[in-house]
Amino acid sequence: MVENRPWLNVLTHLLLILGIIVVIFPIYIALVTSTHEAEDILTTVQPWFGSEMLENYGTVLQKGKVNASGIPVGMMMWNSLIMALGIVFGKITISILSAFAIVYFRFPLRKLCFWTIFLTLMLPVEVRILPTYAVVANLGLLNSYAGLTLPLIASATATFLFRQFFMTVPEELAEAARVDGAGPMKFFFDILLPLSRTNLAALFVILFIYGWNQYLWPLIITTDESMTTIVMGIQRMLYVADAIPEWNITMATAILAMLPPLLVVIVMQRQFVKGLVETEK
Amino acid sequence: MEKRCTFNNMWLPYFLVAPQIIITFIFFLWPASQALYQSFLIEDAFGLSSEFVWFENFEELFSDPLYLDSFYTTVIFSVSTTFLSLSLSLLFAVMADRVIKGEMAYKSILLWPYAVAPAVAGVLWMFMFNPGNGILALTLQSLGYEWNHVLRGGQAMMLVIIAAAWKQISYNFIFFLAGLQSIPKSMLEASAIDGAGPVKRFWTIVFPLISPTTFFLIVVNVVYAFFETFGIIHAVTQGGPYKSTEILVYKVYNDGFVGLDLGGSSAQSVILMIIVVLLTVFQFRYIERRVQY
Repeated sequence: MVENRPWLNVLTHLLLILGIIVVIFPIYIALVTSTHEAEDILTTVQPWFGSEMLENYGTVLQKGKVNASGIPVGMMMWNSLIMALGIVFGKITISILSAFAIVYFRFPLRKLCFWTIFLTLMLPVEVRILPTYAVVANLGLLNSYAGLTLPLIASATATFLFRQFFMTVPEELAEAARVDGAGPMKFFFDILLPLSRTNLAALFVILFIYGWNQYLWPLIITTDESMTTIVMGIQRMLYVADAIPEWNITMATAILAMLPPLLVVIVMQRQFVKGLVETEK
Repeated sequence: MEKRCTFNNMWLPYFLVAPQIIITFIFFLWPASQALYQSFLIEDAFGLSSEFVWFENFEELFSDPLYLDSFYTTVIFSVSTTFLSLSLSLLFAVMADRVIKGEMAYKSILLWPYAVAPAVAGVLWMFMFNPGNGILALTLQSLGYEWNHVLRGGQAMMLVIIAAAWKQISYNFIFFLAGLQSIPKSMLEASAIDGAGPVKRFWTIVFPLISPTTFFLIVVNVVYAFFETFGIIHAVTQGGPYKSTEILVYKVYNDGFVGLDLGGSSAQSVILMIIVVLLTVFQFRYIERRVQY
């Protein structure tokens, strides 16, 4: 604080409170809506919580939205969880191994491998969507967890993060390991992996959110409704010609869809910020 | 920068990079080359035969008013999203940087939107603007402004821009705050002693000093608006009404999966790839400079 200006302090807090309202208000409205009966929110806005919370969430988790496919949202969440964790562990495993190879070995095709990995930065799913779909279909991976996760787990950012970190690990550690007769894999598991703990946690948070929030990819490769993930499941609930638009059910699903990643962000806030900032280097 | 101390092993390094390289080939490079190849082909109506036509698909795209419209829509959408999100986050970051009491509470809540999927963010805002029972739509109505994004293109565009910008607030906030906190306090104190007020200090010292962060965030936000907002468009407007919110990524999906125009969709993919490559190269050249900075 450079100088003391009371009116400025008041303004600062007012603006920040405005920021909080902008952030929380949409979530609050969704939460409130999810606790009412469908009829109560047809033409009016409900400002405060209703009494149907348990009822609505019970219905959603076990039965879903009956006239929009009726897949239980509990099942969708299970699919999302498997996809998110598959992406997290797959991505971390393959990128930490390749970063280890690129940093700690000299081999003829090293540069080529590095640039091949670098290229993936330039090919987000959205731009190669049709041919990737064709590949997955030819491999018979449609409607499978492998099809949901494998095409998304190659990532240059995670590899670069580990590479960056390995470069800062003191040379003496590898030298000492070699003098003591430890092979590369022993060095990797006993020294490098424990040292990477904070990076692993940061990546876990970022990748979990990334995996859970996938939309386009599950949308095109899952035709079997039992493989629906929750984020795409909401979309299917929106365009149903029902007698009474069940916004309470849709909003309960929206709340359930944002709950796991939100909890991760709240509980692991430090790692989350670290992960965000580091993966951009 | 290279390690001095490395391990010697003929096969192990290949074994270690293999999983990533194999996946990159199968799911990235091969499909990308397929897209490139198909963008030069035209299939007959039954998909039985195809003909190599060089750049005909591209010529057709650029003479197609619908595609050019989509380009224009994308530019409007990404520029507005970037501007709205960056200005709000900068405002909040400057305030959070000033505040002494309760900063943690403000900060943690401002991080929330990052956790919300674009499609879900879209649904939240869509509900609030739902004509008939959305709180914001009803408020606007009582103020005499008729809101119906289902029928009006401009309002649909506003809705998706607001949802997209809202979701991106957290990300921009974190980077702006980090940038602000790295500004030396002595500089601000010196200018305060010379009589510069808070507003003048912001525009003459703070804003120029965080310009590297701002440029970096502009690129990231444009990439986000171009590619990651598919969920918002698909869930909220489906590109409508009358294609008024059909951004390029949505059009690739729509022409490819719904319209089944393989050549045209691939040509669009190739154009998008070129845009990503340009943006990535731009970002990396820029980041190199930031490291030296």
